[in-house]
Amino acid sequence: MEFLLVQALSGLASAASLFLVASGLSIIFGVTRIVNFAHGAFYMLGAYVAYTLTTRFAGPFGFWGAIVAAAIIVALLGALMEMVLLRRIYQAPELFQLLATFGVTLMVQDLVVVIWGPEDLLGPRAPGFTGAISLFGRMVPTYDLFMMTLGPVVLGILWLLFHKTRWGVLVRAATQDREMVAALGVNQKWLFTGVFALGVFLAALGGALQIPRTTVTHAMDLSIIVEVFVVVVIGGLGSVFGAFVAAIIVAELNAFGILILPQISLITVFLVMAVVLVVRPWGLFGKPESAPRAAAGLTIRPWRPFTQVERAGVALVVVAVAALPFFLGNYALTVGAEILIYVLFAASLHFMMTVGGLASFGHAAYFGLGAYGAAFLVKYMGAPMEAALIVGPLLGLAGAVLFGWFCVRLSGVYFAMLTLAFAQIAWSIAFQWVDVTGGDNGLLGIWPATWASRPAGFFWLALGIAVVGVGVLRMLVFSPFGYGLRAVRDSALRSEAIGLNRQRMQWAAFIVAGTFAGLAGALFAFLKGSVFPDYMAIPTSVDGLVMVLLGGVETVSGAVVGAVLYKALAIWLMSQTDLSKLVLGGVIVVIVLAFPKGVVGFIEDLRHRWPRKGNGATVGATKAEAA
Amino acid sequence: MSPLLEVKDLMKSYGGVHAVRGVSFTVEAGQMLALIGPNGAGKSTCFNMLNGQIPPDAGTVLIEGRDIKGLPPRAVWRLGVGRTFQITATFASMTVRENVQVALLSFHGRISRVFGFAGAACRAEADALLALVGLTTQAERPCGELAYGDLKRLELAVALANEPRLLLMDEPTAGMAPRERVELMRLTAEIARAKGIGVLFTEHDMDVVFEHADEVMVLNRGQLIARGTPAEVRRDPQVRAIYLGEGLLYDARHREGTAA
Ligand SMILES: Nc1ncnc2c1ncn2[C@@H]1O[C@H](COP(=O)(O)OP(=O)(O)O)[C@@H](O)[C@H]1O
Ligand SMILES: [Mg+2]
Repeated sequence: MEFLLVQALSGLASAASLFLVASGLSIIFGVTRIVNFAHGAFYMLGAYVAYTLTTRFAGPFGFWGAIVAAAIIVALLGALMEMVLLRRIYQAPELFQLLATFGVTLMVQDLVVVIWGPEDLLGPRAPGFTGAISLFGRMVPTYDLFMMTLGPVVLGILWLLFHKTRWGVLVRAATQDREMVAALGVNQKWLFTGVFALGVFLAALGGALQIPRTTVTHAMDLSIIVEVFVVVVIGGLGSVFGAFVAAIIVAELNAFGILILPQISLITVFLVMAVVLVVRPWGLFGKPESAPRAAAGLTIRPWRPFTQVERAGVALVVVAVAALPFFLGNYALTVGAEILIYVLFAASLHFMMTVGGLASFGHAAYFGLGAYGAAFLVKYMGAPMEAALIVGPLLGLAGAVLFGWFCVRLSGVYFAMLTLAFAQIAWSIAFQWVDVTGGDNGLLGIWPATWASRPAGFFWLALGIAVVGVGVLRMLVFSPFGYGLRAVRDSALRSEAIGLNRQRMQWAAFIVAGTFAGLAGALFAFLKGSVFPDYMAIPTSVDGLVMVLLGGVETVSGAVVGAVLYKALAIWLMSQTDLSKLVLGGVIVVIVLAFPKGVVGFIEDLRHRWPRKGNGATVGATKAEAA
Repeated sequence: MSPLLEVKDLMKSYGGVHAVRGVSFTVEAGQMLALIGPNGAGKSTCFNMLNGQIPPDAGTVLIEGRDIKGLPPRAVWRLGVGRTFQITATFASMTVRENVQVALLSFHGRISRVFGFAGAACRAEADALLALVGLTTQAERPCGELAYGDLKRLELAVALANEPRLLLMDEPTAGMAPRERVELMRLTAEIARAKGIGVLFTEHDMDVVFEHADEVMVLNRGQLIARGTPAEVRRDPQVRAIYLGEGLLYDARHREGTAA
């Protein structure tokens, strides 16, 4: 009994930082409608800056002053990011905002390593809170008690700020009705910047306050952002009180989950989140969103299938690619096979995103599940490659059936956050369930059949599967089902009024996309000869998103082009620089700002602007373009 | 035989605002029935309760005798109810024809098919509907390029795709030029009479109402205060009091007077 109480107290102490970060995210979202992916990065920066300052300025005044100063410094950085980057994309689709802030996250990850080095850092203890007191016969650090009281105190301060100050009242008004505030003559720009700085301040403070409890590492950004997404999904985006309650729920679930299911502690959090989503899709204390914006894929120019000539062109390209093994060396062919696998992965995400309007931030889950599915078959049942390639992806399908059922209840940013959280849960199961998955060591020895064991053979296998996969997905785009999906995406109101069942259709799209991602994953397992939890990690999901975005969300073929360009660029960068994340993050930000329509969209725009001569200028300009 | 649409004691409030307070009426097949009333009277709220878009706080909606309680809009649509929206809702990424094709595919239960090219499906049928509303020349255009009046026509064509017996049109002519309005409603009336469709519509332009409605209902602050032929409603002192100041009724009568 005493033990449980102590465990609960420790949970409360962890809740404090979680609450700080989540409330910051919520406040920013409430006013700017941006889900700031970089929030985890600011949390991490807060911890790093606090580490530097606290080690430099000793003593109680130095320590506490350093914590606050670190939060302020990072808040200023946040304000800078808001002014330079976000102001340009407030009107852009949610997907772009998430991606841009994710690009910043990537850059920060590398910068942190450059500035502070790759080692984990251990900061000083907090002066005045170095000891532990005995509670129920167990030792509880006094710093934990301090953190426990801090949560309610911050909640109280935020309440006062939002209810008793003019600025706070304005912020609340802006949360409810942005147009009205603009009409009141308030300078909206600075209001947004101020709110963003406040949110970042809270995140950085949450990070800075962690240094007496844990080491500072360069992986703390992603781990916190996933927990924070779970918190805001449960508590309701935009509600500070919801963030408070949900932070406690999640922290306690973590604290007790370890006792009940030490192997897969995140399961308990997942179950609670699932229940909340079914009962109140907008979170415990959130408000239902008014008409959700489509997350992606609003085309103005209707799509049409390839003409005979274009089909012949595509066939020629495929033949040319199939001839590559006669000209390329083994390394190039292995890289080529990897690119082809990613083409299929990106195409599956594209189908869900562009056609279905569902921008998933966790598509890697199904890729990874497919890979594990194939690996399980080989390892535990001794299945041959051919069977594993067919049956393995069914694990991706099963995952998509389960997770998708919950996800399609939501839309827009909620959908994105939930898919990310599910992917992270899948990742942590693979990571923690060592007996079955091998944990961090992965499963090794997943070798292809002899006929595909040479690089050329595997390249042809990958090409065949990619061509068939992309072909099937393309066929779906133009089938009645694909049209129905686009209808649901374009106008929820109208599609419902002509008898379409949005959730069911989107669930089906989710499952299709998950299955094809699983197929890509299974193939990937055989390419690498092994599977690791990282196949399901956030970077893989985001790779997919960037490929689709790079090729152009508004096009049918963009994903293929984007995957080839991006994967080739990434592999090349990896060999050229240690700072690939910095470069990649920069590329993402530039794409979002400069080429919101992607490469294929950009080319199409050019074609659209200068219609080819001969077929009648007006007809040429208004006719559907090949996409 | 039960009427096409029967509404009994419909109620809806938002917080403290009583948007609709005890509205009852019926619509018969082949009838053009106008629902008029000042802005905020509760017309759109009424419409949204008739097709399952929002649940009423109290009251029943019967379509050919069947209670639609708890049915989502897509199920009400299956009962033969088409509707257009005050703010047009179309599929912006598709051509005009494709918009209609999707509705037709849904009506024929073929929207979940994964084989075949949807652009070739139900083509003749779609073109017939487009011809009906006068959009034949626009069929290939992206619907995002259409003029507002043409979008309203497209909404009508889409709403007709399931061969509805009841058509709900919320402000079908809002934002159109006066001549276009009269034309669209004449078209609607023609189609409705030819196919025996019951039409319930809201409208601000009294010229349109008095010319095309068989009957008029007046909604004020969530309550029906009058129902009758256009001539009767125009004479109603209560109705005139509401519209006093807006000058709409006077205007319409004045014009009719000069025409006669
Ligand atoms: N979703 C809503 N939330 C709160 N109030 C609403 C909502 N929809 C309508 N109302 C209120 O209900 C009343 C009736 O609105 P509405 O049905 O749109 O009127 P009309 O279509 O006749 O102009 C108005 O006072 C309006 O402000
Ligand atoms: Mg209205």
